[in-house]
Amino acid sequence: MNGAASGALLSVRDLAVTFDTYGRTAQVLDGVSLDVPARRHVALVGESGCGKSVTMRAIMGLLREPPARVTAGEIIFEGHDLLRLKPRARMGLCGTAMSMVFQDPMTSLNPVFTIGDQMRAILAHADRRLGRRRSRAERHARIIAVLGQVRMPDPERIARAWPIMLSGGMRQRVLIAMALLNEPRLLIADEPGTALDVTTQAQILRLLRELVQARGLALLMITHNLGVVREAADYVHVMYAGAVVEAAPAAALFAAPRHPYTRALLDCVPMLSGGGRFRGIDGAPPDYTSPPPGCRFAPRCAAAMPRCRTAPPAFPVGPDHRAACWLVEAA
Amino acid sequence: MSDSPLLELDAVSKRFAIRGGIAGSVRGHVNAVRQVNLTVQRGEVFGLAGESGSGKSTIARMIVGLLPPDGGTLRFAGRPVVQSRAIQMVFQNPGASLNPRRSIGQSLSVALAAAGVARAARRHRIADLLGLVQLPADTALRYPHELSGGQKQRVAIARAIAVAPRLLVLDEPTSALDVSVQAKIMELLVELGRSLGLTYIFISHDLSLMRNFADRVGVLYLGEVVEIGTTEALFGRPAHPYTRTLLASIPVVSAAEARLRPDIPLIEGEVPNAADLPSGCVFHPRCPYAFAPCTDQHPAFTRAEAGQTARCHLLAGDAASVHDMTTREQPA
Amino acid sequence: MAAPAQRLSAARQNWHRFSRNPTAVVGAAIVLLVVLAAVFAPLLAPYPGHVGAVVDFRARHHPPSFSHPFGTDNIGRDIFSRVLFGYRVSLSLAAVVLGIAVPFGTVLGLAAGYFGGWSETVIMRATDIALAIPPLVMALAVTAVLSPNLLNAMLAITALWWTWHTRLVYSITRTLRHREYVEAARLIGASRAHILFREILPNCVSAISVKVTLDCGFVILLGASLSFLGLGVQPPTPDLGTMVATGADFLPDDWWEPVMPGLAILFVTLGFNLLGDGLRDLFDVEDVR
Repeated sequence: MNGAASGALLSVRDLAVTFDTYGRTAQVLDGVSLDVPARRHVALVGESGCGKSVTMRAIMGLLREPPARVTAGEIIFEGHDLLRLKPRARMGLCGTAMSMVFQDPMTSLNPVFTIGDQMRAILAHADRRLGRRRSRAERHARIIAVLGQVRMPDPERIARAWPIMLSGGMRQRVLIAMALLNEPRLLIADEPGTALDVTTQAQILRLLRELVQARGLALLMITHNLGVVREAADYVHVMYAGAVVEAAPAAALFAAPRHPYTRALLDCVPMLSGGGRFRGIDGAPPDYTSPPPGCRFAPRCAAAMPRCRTAPPAFPVGPDHRAACWLVEAA
Repeated sequence: MSDSPLLELDAVSKRFAIRGGIAGSVRGHVNAVRQVNLTVQRGEVFGLAGESGSGKSTIARMIVGLLPPDGGTLRFAGRPVVQSRAIQMVFQNPGASLNPRRSIGQSLSVALAAAGVARAARRHRIADLLGLVQLPADTALRYPHELSGGQKQRVAIARAIAVAPRLLVLDEPTSALDVSVQAKIMELLVELGRSLGLTYIFISHDLSLMRNFADRVGVLYLGEVVEIGTTEALFGRPAHPYTRTLLASIPVVSAAEARLRPDIPLIEGEVPNAADLPSGCVFHPRCPYAFAPCTDQHPAFTRAEAGQTARCHLLAGDAASVHDMTTREQPA
Repeated sequence: MAAPAQRLSAARQNWHRFSRNPTAVVGAAIVLLVVLAAVFAPLLAPYPGHVGAVVDFRARHHPPSFSHPFGTDNIGRDIFSRVLFGYRVSLSLAAVVLGIAVPFGTVLGLAAGYFGGWSETVIMRATDIALAIPPLVMALAVTAVLSPNLLNAMLAITALWWTWHTRLVYSITRTLRHREYVEAARLIGASRAHILFREILPNCVSAISVKVTLDCGFVILLGASLSFLGLGVQPPTPDLGTMVATGADFLPDDWWEPVMPGLAILFVTLGFNLLGDGLRDLFDVEDVR
């Protein structure tokens, strides 16, 4: 899907990734394209196994190769193609210009170091890579400032605390603070708040949204929860079986989804208005080692037709709204 | 007899010892469940909603007889609860609820053997059971790792209904599944409940799911029931500030849905540690409406609407109700 | 990534992983070679008669040559033939010790882990005591009191060996006891025997088999040590430990007499250890030993 905003901060073009498993090759990403323009909050949403985590790992340079292999595409961040950058240069960007908020607040912190120690290490690494000189006191001041930004009560005390002394919500805040330490321009959040209670999750989403807005950051959020997408994103990419099937501004997507998969997925979400009807999606995602020809959703699609055996391109269906489905072309 | 409740919990409590130190001596107690009263009618779907630390899983384990209560009584069909085939449970994590070393057929066969089905008839019954949960008969030959999460959960349901239970406790049966799979599992549960005349206790933190499945709902907070009512009443006019907070926190997918969420000033903070309970009303440190009596007096259950009661001082006496509070705070 | 690529059978996946694990493959090859050598010793040995007290003064202390690949000993017997038969003794020692200790230890471990309470206290304290006694010392004591022979040595080792398996199975059972599938089996009304042997035991099998493989090497080494000290297998039965002990008198001139049987011990122990480590990687078993 071609991005409208050519001046995007991050732009993924036709990314294809394969995995070698037990002598077979799985085409896990089949030409994924997405754009994260500056100051926009973009969500990548899909069910487990759809390739959203692989996409994120490819962007962050965290893919394990092998078994993974990037076979095509480019990932352009601020004009550099990350896939063709020297490892050292790439490492210089990750964690500084773009940084990540990890998913699991329970396991993403090292239990044997204090929060302050872990944040200091991150700063020290970044300073070394960027050739920046900073005193211990300056680093400490930065840590306290960032902990304050994520609205931690008593940042000095938190910096001295060990992870086990903090609740899940507090740890999630610490993880956000860590991602903000080096003043990134792009924040990548992996399933933000998913591991937390719903009341805590609401607080974290609000905090994330406010922080990103106040700092003018771009946000790429990976999630399976459509509700979270609506709460925290202004642009959405829906992924299915290794491809982006629909991309739209959040308001348009939730008001008028165009791809049959997006519609079916939205129908699965239980409604607060009740009604007691449950509608799932029949069938299962395809075997990636031998996917169906053409549209990968066709075998589960109620509106499938012979033409679906050829892969549909992304058709524009509205302002900044595209869907990869032949039905949309006909309309 | 037939109109007596199927399950009754009367002042049920459970506490766990906190052990520590080298010798593992008892350092204190967590009152995980306190004075819970519930009645579940035959054929009803009773929902238990709550966040982590609410005691919902502990209650589930006491209902099925895996844990003995420390206080109060649980009665099933008028008799004290013991572990029995009449009460079965579907667990949260489909990955852990099936033995990885045993085929699906073997796992189901055990249940049938325990229910007294003769060896010769079992193979046939296994196929029937798999049919009931909409899985192909050859699933019997497979091992758990060959199945998807949704398929495993179907097998777990088949195993539970194999022994012809009357009450099925569903402990977050879909929280580990994708939303498209969740809908299929819920659909199946609705269908089985109807065709087999099952009574369900449905435990979940997902209130939207609860809204669509339960007939009545109890909301748990820190080991006690804070509100209980029919689904219509509880979702239509939630009486307890905690219930309102929960409902207001749900991420929803449309503007129409968003309007259904109650207005409540969301305050920062998390569920406190159950080992160190707040005085008075357990919710008062997080409650935007807390007033004088909340800090030291434990509120009693007060009727809010027909078939709906809540433990909240706002409902008692002449204090303004929670609904009035919200209307006052939102200038028209 | 949970790509639905799990259509391959478990057996094929295991074979794939095994064949790509050099440690496991080399270990398995060595163990297989040793087992075959032991089983077919009467056919493979160039001088099967040299198992007994044969004396051939003309062939004494011959260095390794084409006709005697490992050389000959002080009374002219072919060391290669005796090593092949020595493997029979070593392997049967391991088989008997582990054949008794493993089932015994496993059952006690299951019981202690699942039932808890007093059975746990009694069994686990017994293992604590047994673990405090080094097997070699125990074997020395037993053979000193009774008489120095293989049977008594085996008894002594067996009497201590079960404790390792009890501890292993106990720790696994403790973690599995509250697994959902075990609780589901309890709710269904499955018998205790069913839960212990059909639900829990199969999940211990991979850890036990790794441990058994590693143990084989240990027991063989221990048996050889006992024989070396003169407390195990008595001459003229060919035993690797005894051969090393007798051959040591002729060092350094006739080096092959202790070194060849010594290398044979090293070879088999190495094989079992490599296989055990390889299996551990394969099964992803943690915390064995």
